Amino acid sequence: MTGRGLAGRLSHMPKTIIERSETSFLQVINEKGDSDESLMPPVGEAGFRRFFETMLLARSFNHRALSLQREGRIGTYASIWGQEAAQIGSALAFSEDDWLFPSFRESGVLVARGYPMWMLYRYWAGDERGMSAPGFNIFPMSVPVGTQVPHAAGAAWAMKLKGHKKAAAVYFGDGGSSKGDFHEGLNFAGVFKAPCVFLCQNNQWAISVPRARQTAAKTIAQKGYAYGMEGIQVDGNDIAAVYKVVKEAAEKARSGGGPTLIECFTYRLDDHTTADDASRYRTDEEVEEWKAKEPLIRLRLYMEKKGWWTKEYEEAEAKKAQEAVDADIKKAEAYSAPDPADIIKYTYKDLTGRQKKELKEFGWGS
Amino acid sequence: MGKLNIVQAINQALAQEMEKDPDVIIIGEDVAKDGGVFRVTQGLLDKFGPERVIDTPLAELGIIGTAVGLAAYGMKPVAEIQFMGFTYAGLEQLFSHASRIRSRSRGAFSCPMVVRTPYGIGIKPPELHSESSEALFAHMPGLKVVIPSNPYNAKGLLVSAIRDPDPVLFMEASRLYRSIKSDVPEELYSIPLGKANIYQEGSEITVVAWGTMLHRAAEASEDFDCEIIDLQTIRPFDEETVVNSVKKTGRLVVVHEAPRVCGFGAEVAALVAEEAFGYLKAPVVRVAAPDAVVPMARLEDHYMPSQEMIKKAYQKVMQY
Repeated sequence: MTGRGLAGRLSHMPKTIIERSETSFLQVINEKGDSDESLMPPVGEAGFRRFFETMLLARSFNHRALSLQREGRIGTYASIWGQEAAQIGSALAFSEDDWLFPSFRESGVLVARGYPMWMLYRYWAGDERGMSAPGFNIFPMSVPVGTQVPHAAGAAWAMKLKGHKKAAAVYFGDGGSSKGDFHEGLNFAGVFKAPCVFLCQNNQWAISVPRARQTAAKTIAQKGYAYGMEGIQVDGNDIAAVYKVVKEAAEKARSGGGPTLIECFTYRLDDHTTADDASRYRTDEEVEEWKAKEPLIRLRLYMEKKGWWTKEYEEAEAKKAQEAVDADIKKAEAYSAPDPADIIKYTYKDLTGRQKKELKEFGWGS
Repeated sequence: MGKLNIVQAINQALAQEMEKDPDVIIIGEDVAKDGGVFRVTQGLLDKFGPERVIDTPLAELGIIGTAVGLAAYGMKPVAEIQFMGFTYAGLEQLFSHASRIRSRSRGAFSCPMVVRTPYGIGIKPPELHSESSEALFAHMPGLKVVIPSNPYNAKGLLVSAIRDPDPVLFMEASRLYRSIKSDVPEELYSIPLGKANIYQEGSEITVVAWGTMLHRAAEASEDFDCEIIDLQTIRPFDEETVVNSVKKTGRLVVVHEAPRVCGFGAEVAALVAEEAFGYLKAPVVRVAAPDAVVPMARLEDHYMPSQEMIKKAYQKVMQY
C-alpha cells in the first residue's frame, strides 16, 4: 500500500505483529533441464521413465481427443496441453487409496491413475457410463467450476472420522479459486484439520479472463494461510517439483498434519475447450513464450542430461502410447449404445412409481 | 410409548439411529453445545461426543457441500440448516451434485445424506425464516422431500430418511415443533418414504395437504365429509393414494402454505386432471398463499391460508 493507503494512514498507531506468513515457490528442474539435485524426489531413472511415458500417453490421449472432436466423433472437450506435469506429477504422487476430485480438465490425472481411456472417450462422446468405472476412488469430474472443492473437504473429513490413513485431493483452476465453494471447502478443511490436498491448476486463464482478474493477491497459494494451512506455489511445468510437493502434502495429510494448498503455476496452451477461440483474447507471443517452457521439453532435457533419454526411446514410447490410445478409441466406438432406460434407472437406488410408468410410456422396457 | 412433541420425537429418532449406526453424524450450526436453534439436537453432544455431533463454520454451502463428500465416502451426515431460507446458499450443491451423483456415475457413487430444516409460517421470526419452498426441491430429480405433520410420523419418517440410500430434504414445520403432542413408541420404527397417510377417511371431498396445513385443513372439515390425505413425502409422492381417493370422492382440494404459482398443489391438480378427470364432479381447488413474498410477523397470519379460506374451498367444490 502507498503512504496514502489505509496502512499508511494507520502507520502511526501502535501495533503488534500477530503472525507473518511467507509464500514460497518451488522449482527442481528449470527450463533448460538443469536441476537442483538436493531437492530432487528420490524416484530415480525408473520414476522419471514413468513420468515421461505417462506424459506421452496423456498427450496422445489429448491429441486424439481434439481430432475426434473435429471429426464429430466426440463432443466438446477441454484440452490439457501444457498442464501435463501438474496433472501427472500430482496424480502419481497419491496412493491408490487416496480419493481424487477432478474438474473437467483433468484427463492427465485420470490417465495417470490408469482410468480406462476408452471410458473417458465414451464420457466425452456424451455417455455417462464413461464416469462409472468402479474401484478408482475418483469422483466424476465436476462440470460447475470449483463446486467440487467442498466434496474433497468432506471426504477427507470422513477419512479422519473413520480413522482411515488416507488423503483426499481436489483439482480446480485459478478461476475456481474465486468461487465461494473454494472458500468454504478450504475453511472447513482447515477447521477440522481434514487430510485434504487442494491442487490449484493455475493455468493463467479462465476462458478469456486472465488470472489477475480472479484475485488481487500476489499468489493463490498464499490464500492457504488465511485458512490455517500451508500454501505453496510450485512450478507446474516441472514434474519433479509437482511430484515432490504433492507427495509431501499427501503424506502430511495421512499422518494427521492437516490440509495443504498447492498452486501449480502452469499454462493452458490450447483454447479453453474445443468450443473456444483463444486468439480472441490473448497474444500469440504469450502462447509462444509458454510453449518454450512446456513440461515435456523440460523433462526431456533433464532426462537427456542424465542419460535416460534417447530419440529412439521416445519414438518407441510415443508409438506405444499411440497404439494404446488407438486401441481404446476402437473399444470406445465399438461399445454398445447406451440404453435410454438408463436415463431413468439411476435417479434413485429404486425406481419410483412414476418412473415405472414412464419406462413404459417412453417405450424403454419394463 | 410416551407423549412427545415433534422436537422430542426427532431427537429420539436421531439418538436411536446414531446408536444403531456409527456412521450417522450430525453437522450444522449450533447443533452441538447449543442443541440447535430449536433444541432439536439437545443432549446429543453429551451422548455421542464431539466427533458425531459437530458444530461447523457458519456456512450453508460448506455444510451441504462437505456432506456430499462425507456421504460419498461412507458417512451418513444429517445436516441441519437453521431455517429453510438459508438452504438457498447450498442449492447448487444439492441440485448439481447431491441429487445427480448417482445418475452421473451410473450408480458408481451415491450420496445418502439428510438435510433437515425448519420451514413455514407461524412463529413470527425475522425475514427468510418462514419459507415453504418444497416445490423448488421437489422439482429436482434425485432428491427426496419429506414433510412430517406430527410427532409419530416425524420419528418414523426421519428414521427412513437417514437409512435412505439417496439424499433427502427433511422439512420440519416450525409452527408444529411444540404445538402438538402424540403417542410415540419408544422402540425404533420406520415409516416408508413415498407413501401417503390417510389421516381421515371420508367420501365427498379429497383433501391433500402436508405439514402445518394438514391440521388446518382438518380443523376446517368439521361440516364436510372429507377424506384427508397427509402426503408425508412430496417427492416421490404417493400418486396412487391421491388418484384412488379422488375416484371415490369426485372432488379435490389441495391446501399448502407455499405460494400458489408452481406450488406443489399444481402437480397434484395436474395429476388428477390426467388420471381421474372423468371422476371429477367439480373443478379442482387449490388453497395456497398469494403469489407474493412471505411477509414479516405483522402480516403473516394474512398470508397463511386460513380456516375460512379452506372452508370456502370445501363449499365451492360441494356446491358446483
